Amino acid sequence: MNKAETKSVRVFAIELAIYAVLVTVYFFLVLHLLGEWLYRLETQHRITYAVVALSLIIGQAVVLDAVTSFLFRFLRRRWK
Amino acid sequence: MFFPISNTHINPIYLVVVGFIIGILGGFFGVGGSFIAGPALRLMGVDWNYAVGTDLAHIVGKSIVAARQHRTLGNVDLKLGFFMAFGTIGGAEAGAQMIQALKRAGNVNTVVSWVAIVVYLGISVFMLWESYKTLRSDKKRPRRKGAELKEDRSSFGHVTKKIQRLKIWPMIDLPTSGIRQISLWIILLVSFVGGFFSGFLGGGAGYIRMPSMVYVLGIPTHLAVGTDLFEIVISASYGTLTHAIKGNVDILIALVMHTGAVVGAQIGVVATQYFAGPKIRLAFVPLPLIGVAIVVYTLITGHKF
Repeated sequence: MNKAETKSVRVFAIELAIYAVLVTVYFFLVLHLLGEWLYRLETQHRITYAVVALSLIIGQAVVLDAVTSFLFRFLRRRWK
Repeated sequence: MFFPISNTHINPIYLVVVGFIIGILGGFFGVGGSFIAGPALRLMGVDWNYAVGTDLAHIVGKSIVAARQHRTLGNVDLKLGFFMAFGTIGGAEAGAQMIQALKRAGNVNTVVSWVAIVVYLGISVFMLWESYKTLRSDKKRPRRKGAELKEDRSSFGHVTKKIQRLKIWPMIDLPTSGIRQISLWIILLVSFVGGFFSGFLGGGAGYIRMPSMVYVLGIPTHLAVGTDLFEIVISASYGTLTHAIKGNVDILIALVMHTGAVVGAQIGVVATQYFAGPKIRLAFVPLPLIGVAIVVYTLITGHKF
């Protein structure tokens, strides 16, 4: 493995560690708080639930993509 | 962790790992990964209807990340993706109607299982033959200096050229994919067939659409993967909405799975840069075979995943 590849693997490992911490916090805070509300919405207002569900997964995709891209760029710059 | 919507207890780490594996496959091959996600959710006791709907929701999120990454690499043909989304949605509805008709006839499981075995096996055998033949002929050809991995060749190219020459109005051009002229009807037909199998066999049917884009439309493999993912975002969003209205989506499970898929999808996308088109197609061959193994297992044991 050359120097650049070693650096990439190291950056990726650190990114994964930071990401794991963020995801754990996310599980316990956001999902715990949203769970009960989404459950009620799913049983009582199906159409609203469908729109909220789609918005949530799209929103999470955009935010997590931005977070992982930022982490990777930030860490690569620091390890230069 | 308790998921109240589907009334199941699932370890979130399990969901993250499943999402991660599907993310890698999705980023690299442009498939939704429903042949893994569905059984993986069923294994944890999630009802079949929730497994299908939740998987679709998770596919939306994963495909957004993978399609965006592919777009930064220039692997997405937006124009083609938009046209294909129309055909896919129409085809998915037709496939779902066919399932309803078979349900009424009382032989849905047998018919779907045998169609799945024939289609999956057919794709695997054809792609194995084509990619192997292309790689062999590539070895005989002198390598041009600086030849790019994205430059794509296929042993099926002569048939693709004939399909592209069919003059059925309206003809459109796809400059991003390097296609000067192709009939819009052929694009709609390819996407309709993909959508039909998506509605008929479940999941995103990327295992049919991605090869069809390469062999029938003549899209380079890297672009087919990226464009398929972009198209999946639109069609799976539609599927998520309709399934959620019918009460088949546990969005909490999808959100947890998606946290793993984000990282996996990025790895998958980056990996495509290191492989030429025929090698990606050759590596694709085992995927439909996994689907065959699952269907054969359910036929033999009677156990539904």
